[in-house]
Amino acid sequence: MAGLEDLYREIILDHYRSPRNRGELPTPPAHRVEGFNPLCGDEVVLYVDIDDTGRVTDIKVDGQGCSISQSSASMMTAAVKGRTEAETRDLIRAFKAMMSIHERGLDGGGDAFDGDGGAVAPDPAVDMGELEALRGVVKFPVRIKCATLSWNTLAQAFDEARLERAAD
Amino acid sequence: MEGGVLTLDVGSVKKDFPILERDMGGHRLVFLDSAASSQKPQAVLDAMDHYYATTHANVHRGVYTIAEEATQAYEAARTKVARFIGAPSTRGVVFTKNATEAVNLVAHSYGRSILAPGQAVLLSEMEHHANLVPWLMLREERGTELRFLKIDDNGQLVLDDLDRQLDGVGLVAVTAMSNVLGTLNPVAEIAAAAHAAGAVVLVDAAQSVPHAVTDVAAMGCDFLAFSSHKMCGPTGIGVLWGRESLLEAMPAFLGGGEMIRDVRLDGWTPNEIPWKFEAGTPPIAEAIGLSAAIDYLSDLGMEAVREHEVALTTYALATLTERHGADLRIFGPPDAHDRGGVVSFTYRDVHPHDLSQVLDSAGVCIRAGHHCARPLMRRLGVTATSRASFYVYNDEADVDALSGGLVAAAGIFAL
Repeated sequence: MAGLEDLYREIILDHYRSPRNRGELPTPPAHRVEGFNPLCGDEVVLYVDIDDTGRVTDIKVDGQGCSISQSSASMMTAAVKGRTEAETRDLIRAFKAMMSIHERGLDGGGDAFDGDGGAVAPDPAVDMGELEALRGVVKFPVRIKCATLSWNTLAQAFDEARLERAAD
Repeated sequence: MEGGVLTLDVGSVKKDFPILERDMGGHRLVFLDSAASSQKPQAVLDAMDHYYATTHANVHRGVYTIAEEATQAYEAARTKVARFIGAPSTRGVVFTKNATEAVNLVAHSYGRSILAPGQAVLLSEMEHHANLVPWLMLREERGTELRFLKIDDNGQLVLDDLDRQLDGVGLVAVTAMSNVLGTLNPVAEIAAAAHAAGAVVLVDAAQSVPHAVTDVAAMGCDFLAFSSHKMCGPTGIGVLWGRESLLEAMPAFLGGGEMIRDVRLDGWTPNEIPWKFEAGTPPIAEAIGLSAAIDYLSDLGMEAVREHEVALTTYALATLTERHGADLRIFGPPDAHDRGGVVSFTYRDVHPHDLSQVLDSAGVCIRAGHHCARPLMRRLGVTATSRASFYVYNDEADVDALSGGLVAAAGIFAL
């Protein structure tokens, strides 16, 4: 059994107790996207300002949920603010790879059931920074959806922004 | 609390459930999620093993010895169920996959063929999704009006206005016991009023049948739905009891083998009840397991089971309130006599998921989330609660383990 200390790292609790970039942004120009985890009722509402080049100029998060969903959202906002769309999408991909215990085996990326609780080697091209603290979540498979909720929601915001730009 | 308050010899009961011997990283397994699914006594496991090892064959088909024995054992389970719920005969006892399928059967068959267009369905705000979504689907398909009995701040149904709400209603579908609040509803009173208004009554008894004496005649209901897996039996089997005259009048639900009398290329004729509603090979081993579970519960005595849970719930409500005071918000009726052995709560600002995770690290299993009752969560003004639920194998020490876990969680998450 994995220990609680693998899950509730101090930096995670810090983001839970003092969430960064909490609040709302005026829409428009911000994109407002909701993410919802029907399993446990976690809600994330993202407000993302994305400029014409796809860069995240500002981001706020609202909603409620468990420590993992809320701290992951907080850490995400800190990590992506000011980044380009390409950088942000790389980070989303890398984060989701870190949180993946099932898909890797199907991708031909190796044994999905390694002895280390399913931890995935980091993509050397992407610096995960303090997001590394969330790696322990994969040892608690039920909580993975909590951690990835805000990231999936952010990807959705980019998709919507693209559609809008295409429509203009 | 001093010994002797609980009516069951829990120490001895615990020994009947092999899973409770499991080591959880140095802790014993404290299982407080029986409202989701109960654990199984050795007698149930043995009955199913024995059936597969000695008797298995398909039922109602073969003329050879083991096929006859299997059929006999399957039908004996039906008799056992009928007696357990006070049904007048076995003809009204339909085996389904679970309580959810039992409700769907009624919504699909009765709801689409016998419920007149324009007749409304009366539900309550505290229904589990199992007794909600099938009716929402009926509304989408046929425009059936749905009405909802409200709950008060103690989590009890508001019935002041029942007669008016029943006006124009063809079917009432209500839970006997809330899976979130524990509230025991006055089903007999509701059924009497419903019948006076010309409506039939379906009782979702998934939470009540495992925990108290059930008597469909005393309840006065027309349909009763429940699941085996919440009452010490296996998963994969549930029961719909229905009044025979209604089941006779209702069209079949699922089609296939077993549920037919004759099939021609230009049509088919249905089997008699209850088999009319049992398409395909039924859950035979599961019926035998359910039968063994009923024997197990009957040996303990359903009155004793209920007394045990009232005593333990009283202890839990008192202990948790005394120890945690205003940090704890407990939902549902304040008196344990008005509720089943279910305690839903929120604790400080610790999210139920986090609380459940911390408790898990001490071997304590509780449920965290919306408990398949999202409309009720909205009514209570929360997105999720934590829920501890008790059964025959729980005692004061299990409640104390829960209480201790709350303190540990506060140490990690206190804001």
